[in-house]
Parts: sequence; structure tokens; C-alpha cells
Amino acid sequence: MKLKKLTVITGHYGSGKTNVSVNLALEASKAGQKCTVIDLDIVNPYFRTADFEELFRENGITLKTPQYANSNLDIPALGISVKGILDESDCVIIDVGGDDEGAKALGRYAKIISECDDKEMLYVINKCRYLTKEPEEALALMREIETAGSIECTGIINNTNLGSETDESIIENSLGYAREVASAAGLPIRFTTGKAEFLTNVTDNPLPIEIYVKTLWN
Amino acid sequence: MAEKSLMKGNEALAEAAIRAGCKCFFGYPITPQTEISAYLSKRMPKVGGTFLQAESEVAAINMVYGCAGSGIRCMTSSSSPGISLKAEGISYIAGADLPCVIIDVVRGGPGLGGIQPSQADYWQITKGLAHGDFHVLVYAPSSVQEMADMVAKAFDMADEYRMPAIILADGLLGQMMEPVEFADEEIKMSDASNKPWAANGHKGQRKHNIINSLYLQPQELEDKVVERFKRYEDIKANHTMAVADYCDDADIVVVAYGSTARLAKSAVDAARKEGLKVGMFRPVTLWPFPEKELQEATKNAKKILTVEMSMGQMIHDVKLAVNCSKPVEFYGRTGGIIPAPADILKKIKEMGGNK
Repeated sequence: MKLKKLTVITGHYGSGKTNVSVNLALEASKAGQKCTVIDLDIVNPYFRTADFEELFRENGITLKTPQYANSNLDIPALGISVKGILDESDCVIIDVGGDDEGAKALGRYAKIISECDDKEMLYVINKCRYLTKEPEEALALMREIETAGSIECTGIINNTNLGSETDESIIENSLGYAREVASAAGLPIRFTTGKAEFLTNVTDNPLPIEIYVKTLWN
Repeated sequence: MAEKSLMKGNEALAEAAIRAGCKCFFGYPITPQTEISAYLSKRMPKVGGTFLQAESEVAAINMVYGCAGSGIRCMTSSSSPGISLKAEGISYIAGADLPCVIIDVVRGGPGLGGIQPSQADYWQITKGLAHGDFHVLVYAPSSVQEMADMVAKAFDMADEYRMPAIILADGLLGQMMEPVEFADEEIKMSDASNKPWAANGHKGQRKHNIINSLYLQPQELEDKVVERFKRYEDIKANHTMAVADYCDDADIVVVAYGSTARLAKSAVDAARKEGLKVGMFRPVTLWPFPEKELQEATKNAKKILTVEMSMGQMIHDVKLAVNCSKPVEFYGRTGGIIPAPADILKKIKEMGGNK
């Protein structure tokens, strides 16, 4: 699957943005695109795309991270030229930090992002996440993210999951919720993600994904 | 049954506090526990409680001191360097016999250390939290669900014994997400949540209550401390908690708490699959340390292996619990490095884990 020149992934922290970004990058790479992932997560120093350097290297994906990512410094210094990266790549995925706090980092790149005419701004939702279980809550957070990041979302990714306890029914029970969020936001559901075996009855743009963000004891 | 949600450990602690009747939270941000503050800043106002970001950790713990004195369930949270700052206030709270819950989501130290997970606060939390003769209750959850379940227990025990209770987590537990379930029914607070001693306004109806930790007469102070230590003995006798798995026939018993227990358990499971006789012992209360439970779990063992995310601190409690009756070895990583299950398994094999 080919991606647009620029894909921005936002959402509630813990909605699964990083795992979605990793999967999309691998899809683009399989389709022959030269893909760069920018890890703009300045909120969470723990689980992030910067943890997937090796997987990316093996698949010819370039990873750009904030200067101090994965070090002991929680300094949100970016030092990344998005313009240069856009020129060098077929497609760029920006994995944005959680909530409106994380989206603030996007503000700095608002002009470059708005000048790119081949782009998608995708908002990741997860019905199982506390505080975004109701469509109204998910929509309210999307508006906060749009304001903080000076962006307008163009689509929804329904990435509903309950971690290791995800199954077919968890995903199927989320379809109505995702449709409600999408319809209230006036946006399409770009993908419904999940392991392939859980998506057999899903018609809302199913996208089979692998789980790359794992706990250390599994 | 209530619907499950996906939550970070820090969020689960925060939500559990609200459900346990915590009405006031006083905090100051520090990685890796800031989500507790962030979460409560959104939720507390919606349930009629108070969220207050203090100007420092010292201010936050002294706000807890005052709030606890008025009989209200209250909490503060921090990570290692912030807990050091709170130490003085915790001693005052213990010296004034007040209940409260304190959360320490441990990061690497000493000094500013790092922001990655660690268990190097074990000594501080279980032994030398601050000046004076006192203990605090210490609970060490090892999953997000257990973090959620332990908060109400900590509040109840703190009320019951009129002392601070600490939930000792680490950055890994605070940051990771797991499915968690909260009961639909409202949590019933224990009877001890009625506090006739609280300084909350006597309205001319009763003698006024005094909250104080200053006793200038030595005999009065000794009596106070001795009375407190009688309560501690009662806790030691009745309120230790631990989980033992496959210890009955084990030659080697691995002892680990918190997130390290998850890593160690995965090494022990792998060892069992290879036919090695290895058991797993997880202390859930760190003070009081589950000595009787450990003695029972290791009675047939030839050796004990303690695994920690530190240079080895709990290992001394393990040695004391078994009276150094058998060799206690150690494997650990520190500075924010997480021990890998494969390395723990390697250590088990080096110790001669037999089939």
C-alpha cells in the first residue's frame, strides 16, 4: 500500500499511534516507497518509535528522532528539518506525541505541513482507552489536538484494542463507536486495524497489522 | 462484570484513588509518574475533589499532612528524587499518626539519576525514609490491575493503623499499558475511615482534637513510639502478602518484586519448560517483609536467587528472612537498565538449576 507524501498520526496517548506508524511504514516500504518516520513524541520517553531502529533498518526505513530520544534526558528538543526530509523521501510519517500536549510539537511545522498538498492527517482512536470510550470524548480530544497542533484531521484510524486481550469481538464492538466519531467529525474511517484473524467480518477499510510494541516479558 | 479498559499504570493508580474515596491530591510533576497528576487534574474536579499542583514536593507533602489531619483521604505521588524531598514531611505525618497514601514510581538514582525504571529506592522506602523510629506500609504491585486494586487496600490499611502507606512502583509499571477492570459497585470504605480524632472543626460539640508530632517529655515520646511499634507488630503478624509459584519441589527459588517479578517469572517459566526445578516468590508487601511466607516457600530449596533493578537491596531482607540458612545469590541491573528474562535464566543455570 502506497502512502501519501505526508501522513501525520495523532491521537490520545496510549491509543496505539506508534504501533500504527510502524505498520504503515512497513506497508509503504513493501510497496517500494522510500519512507521516513519522524518520531515527534516529546511527551513519553518510554514506549516510542525510536525503539524500532533495527526493524526499520532491516526494511530500509529511515528514522528521525528528537536529539535526546532514548537518552536519560527528557528534554523536548526537536532539531529536525521536516522540509529537508520531505524533499528526500517518497513518503513521510510523523508519529506525534499523545493528546494536545504532544500535538503542540507540530505547531512549529504548521507552515511546511500546510504547504504539502499530498497529505493525510489521521486521528487514532481506541474504544478501550479510558477517557476516550465515548464518541463525544474522542471527538473533543480530536478538536483539542487540532487546535494545539494547528492542523485539521482528514481521517480516523480505528485502532481499538485491549492489549494482549484483544479479540474479534473487541474490534467488532468498536465499529459503531468509530462510525459515530467519524460521522460527528465529518471524516472517513481510513482504516480499521487489528490482527488479520480479528478482521474477517470488518468492512470499514480493514488494515491487518502486526503488534510490534511489546512488553519485555512476552 | 465491568468492562475492561486499557490503562497506563499511572492512570490506574489515579483512577483507583478516586474510587477509593481520595478527595484531595497534592502533587508536583516528575518523570516517570507525571500521568498521575495529569489524570487527576482532569478527573478530580469532576468528582468534587481537589487537585492541587504545589510549588514543590515539600509543599505537596505538607499539604497532605494538613489534609490528613482533617480526616480526609488524600494522596501525593512522586518519583525517587521527589520522594527524598518529601521525607521530612513523611516523618511528621508518621509522628502525628496520620493516614495517607504516597506513590513512588521509582527511577534510576542517586541524585537526579535518570528517568528509566529502577528499584533502587527499596532501602529508602522500607528502612530509611526519614528521621525517627517509624515504619510505613509498603505495597509493591506488579501489574496494572494490581496497581488499581492495591490503592483501596492502602487507604484502608493507612486508616486502620493511622500511618502512611506507600505504593512502590517503578517507571516500567507506571508507563506500561494493560487491560484493567474496576468494579461497577462503589468501594465501601472500612470503618476506620470514620475518624473521631480528626481536627475538622468541633463546632462546640466536643473537645478539640490536636494533631502534633512534638513531645518534649521523653517519657511521653517513648510511650508514643512504643504504642506505635505495638501496632507495627500487629501488622507484621497479620498483614504480610506474597505470591509463591512452583516452590514446593524447587531447588532454586527466585525472589523478585514489582515489574522485576514479571521478568523473573518469565525466566522461571522458561526454566520449568526445560525441566529445571525452579520456583518463584514475589513479596507483595515489602514492609512488613513476608518472612514467614518466604521461609515456607524456600523450605525445600537449596539456593535462593534475588533479582532486582538495583545493585541489590531487598537481598538483605531475603537473607534475614531465611536466617542465612542457605546461599542467597543476586542478579540485577541498575541505572535504568531492565534485567532480561534470558539473562535471569542464564544466572539460574549458572547456579546449577537441576532437572
